Amino acid sequence: MGHHEHELIRLSAAALAEKLGSGEVSSVEATKAHLDRIAAVDGEVHAFLHTAPEASLATAAAIDARRAAGEELHPLAGVPIAIKDVIVTNDMPTTSGSKILEGWVPPYDATVMVKLRAAGLIPIGKTNMDEFAMGSSTEHSAYGPTHNPWDLERIPGGSGGGSAAAVASFEAPLALGSDTGGSIRQPAHVTGTVGVKPTYGGVSRYGAIALASSLDQIGPVSRTVLDSAMLHDVIAGHDPFDSTSLTDAWPSMAEAVRRADVKGLKIGVIQQLDGEGFQTGVLERFREALDVLAAAGAEIVDVSLPSLEYAIAAYYLIMPAEASSNLAKFDSVRFGLRVNPPGGGTVEDVMSATREAGFGAEAKRRIILGTYALSAGYYDAYYGSAQKVRTLVQRDFAAAFEQADVLVSPTAPTTAFKLGQNTGDPMAMYLNDIATIPANLAGIPGISLPVGLAREDGLPVGIQFLAPAREDARLYNVGGALEALLEQAWGHTLISLAPDLAPGEMAAAQEGAV
Amino acid sequence: MAKAKLMDFDKALELFEPVLGFEVHVELNTRTKMFSTAPNYFGGEPNTNITPVDLGLPGSLPVVNGQAVRYSISLGLALGCSIAPSSRFARKNYFYPDLAKNYQISQYDEPIAFEGSVDVELADGRTFTVPIERAHMEEDAGKLTHVGGATGRIQGAEYSLVDYNRAGVPLVEIVTKPIFGAGADAPELAKAYVATIRDIVVALGISDARMERGNLRCDANVSLRPYGQEKLGTRTETKNVNSLRSVERAVRYEIQRQAQILADGGTIIQETRHWHEDTGATSAGRPKSDADDYRYFPEPDLLPVVPSAELIEELRAALPEPPAARRRRLKQEWGFTDLEFQDVQNAGLLVEVSETVAAGASPQAARKWWSGEISRLANARGAEAASLVSPSDVAALVSLIDSGALNDRLARQVLEGVIDGEGSPQKVVDARGLAVVSDDGALIAAIDEALAAQPDVLAKIKDGKVQAAGAVIGAVMKAMKGQADAARVRELVIERAAE
Repeated sequence: MGHHEHELIRLSAAALAEKLGSGEVSSVEATKAHLDRIAAVDGEVHAFLHTAPEASLATAAAIDARRAAGEELHPLAGVPIAIKDVIVTNDMPTTSGSKILEGWVPPYDATVMVKLRAAGLIPIGKTNMDEFAMGSSTEHSAYGPTHNPWDLERIPGGSGGGSAAAVASFEAPLALGSDTGGSIRQPAHVTGTVGVKPTYGGVSRYGAIALASSLDQIGPVSRTVLDSAMLHDVIAGHDPFDSTSLTDAWPSMAEAVRRADVKGLKIGVIQQLDGEGFQTGVLERFREALDVLAAAGAEIVDVSLPSLEYAIAAYYLIMPAEASSNLAKFDSVRFGLRVNPPGGGTVEDVMSATREAGFGAEAKRRIILGTYALSAGYYDAYYGSAQKVRTLVQRDFAAAFEQADVLVSPTAPTTAFKLGQNTGDPMAMYLNDIATIPANLAGIPGISLPVGLAREDGLPVGIQFLAPAREDARLYNVGGALEALLEQAWGHTLISLAPDLAPGEMAAAQEGAV
Repeated sequence: MAKAKLMDFDKALELFEPVLGFEVHVELNTRTKMFSTAPNYFGGEPNTNITPVDLGLPGSLPVVNGQAVRYSISLGLALGCSIAPSSRFARKNYFYPDLAKNYQISQYDEPIAFEGSVDVELADGRTFTVPIERAHMEEDAGKLTHVGGATGRIQGAEYSLVDYNRAGVPLVEIVTKPIFGAGADAPELAKAYVATIRDIVVALGISDARMERGNLRCDANVSLRPYGQEKLGTRTETKNVNSLRSVERAVRYEIQRQAQILADGGTIIQETRHWHEDTGATSAGRPKSDADDYRYFPEPDLLPVVPSAELIEELRAALPEPPAARRRRLKQEWGFTDLEFQDVQNAGLLVEVSETVAAGASPQAARKWWSGEISRLANARGAEAASLVSPSDVAALVSLIDSGALNDRLARQVLEGVIDGEGSPQKVVDARGLAVVSDDGALIAAIDEALAAQPDVLAKIKDGKVQAAGAVIGAVMKAMKGQADAARVRELVIERAAE
């Protein structure tokens, strides 16, 4: 990788977009730089399940040609982007991290893909994830785990560990993720990147392979708050193909970042997520960030969400219940894997053998849990009660937003844990999502952005802001402000502290030192 | 399959009270499907009228068809139901290859229409009120074709083909409450109920309502209980009843079959039963218990259906006349006797007669042709009378008779020509040269010839035995190959005798 490429991949999407706009850099150069980076480091990181070098370079060349012809292009036109494999793409395989969809190329594009392509972004590949977005570490991917660029022995978070790691390791400036219980925000937290779960209905779910329909939301993944905002502006908006998509006209998120003004902003600290069960280093960075915001004129208040203690239990009934139904379509009849039992059999036997072979342990666990929760005689006790808790959580949030403009907590209780540490203990894995799940239950937007490294392990720590439904712009305002204040105080970005993974560059640096 | 022992119907009714219940599925004739933009057209090349939604492809999402909702509200109103200010779709989960998502989007505890009733008229004019529990919206499944094996059924088949063209076609399912008190009228009531539903959806214009094509499908629930017993007996649900006649026969059969089992001390198995048109019998399908667990839950991909009060009132105002009221009005307007009207109604020809009258024919002529010659031809050809000829052609035929251009005999030939696709009645008359000979000269020549052959006839007529003219008229008609107006021939014969 040349010096020029080395610089190109470290640019934010916004900065790269400016160079593309001015003609200083071509989209082909930018795309090639990122493809080279993937070739250099993805053997270790394993953020990608599939890359599309030829198609992406061809798309990039087409964008360059249009720009050369004087066409007015979208500001992000020509910028490479990685796509979480939960999103269907008509030109790349889409597996949702599962063997049951291995090699499946969908005949259609998700609505977000249609929007990305229309804006001229360059999809360069599909990123790894826990199977059907079930997990917090990517260790449930049927194609092997992704490694955290900060420490390859550690998890990149999940389920969108691939998208977060791709961005953190400079394989792409932007990525798309999906967030059902924290799958965008928790990976951002452990990889020192930015991730946003928009308001439920803010971004079309058409073409996102459903985990839990009432909780899923597609959102942006990036290294800076502005980049997420610019991507958010591309993908947001009503979609007639998604009945749950909102018809609201959305304000520019990018403008909210540029406003970056917290003077007089009331920030409510969620009492239930500020202490017990949280790693010391996580809490230290979190409280420092609050001090920075207070110093900049924000008013920090305490808020309480009493129903939160039931949120995880409710989530782990609603999510598997919906998942058990959503995953029923994977039966070998119309697409995907087909396993014929020895000696043949009925269609039921084939469905059964296919699902036995095609689903991993976590998918099976959740299908069984959800099937049970929806069964006659248990419905009221499990699914019914969980929906009531959901209502209580929503009421708690409504009351809290009476007292504060945005709410705040650490994004997750700990920094990145070691690969394999929690795979035998589903409950420990589930508890990772304590801070992120409530936003999905309530349908409200949340952002995670880095606030430093934990003292005890030197690993990234994220802060999460939550806003009322439809007030995504508030998150970008406060997130943009905090990011600017912290970088001003540090004198650098947090991601610049991430270890450089490219072996060639490392070797060169070491030789130079000798 | 061994044919079940059947108790005599009257004896069965002496011992047991039948209780009925019906689930009627109506396919709506919207332009697109219930939840996708695919054309609502079942037919054509398999798996062509489909989108990712109809195939249940990963990532696809349903969107409710607004027209289907409006049609469902209209139907609910026509059934006298209340319309839910907010109703919800639910997922009915079960694995079957004709169900692309392995769940059906239906409505469960919050149907769009509930608590209504339908007045059903029996052949003798009595009215029976059938209580309606609910009408709800759902999507149809795909169609399976079982290949290999003798019966075309799944048993013994080597493999099955799935056509998803029908998957997602909008349906309304109308569910009755238990129907008590039909007694010996139960089979007839079954037929009359389904006919009434058909009349209603046809009048609303929301379904093609062709039973033989599956646009209208009836599952008939039958149970028996000893008179005086409050607890309902175990019921069976008979499927595959694809005509009004089958509905009547299937209910009668189930009453006789169940009565025999109960009288023999046996128990009825709660199950679906399959009606066989050829043998006139039902056979056991799959066991069906109230504990079938479909794991219903609210469909999270769809919002509740919340029709405005204005929309409901607008649709209520646009409702067509209820079929029973319409029948009363037509009977009066047409001046039919009870018997004449019931003939037409029982033959399912109200619409045809009505449209024929609207096209200019007299009510009696329209009735005569539809319940006479056209029905006879339909029987002979094993077809529905309505499918043979259009009301406007029948009216045109009647008009040719009224003008004297055709007599009845010629008109029957013209009708056959029309049915065989030779064109309009006038076209058939022209092409086949079937017009009545109205040239008196030609008729008189034929009469003279006939009188010469039967010299005694003239004398008889002169003696006042006018009926003797018949022999001459017959001979003349024969000579004219039927293409003469017999009344005119008769006049001319009498004139001749008077000379």
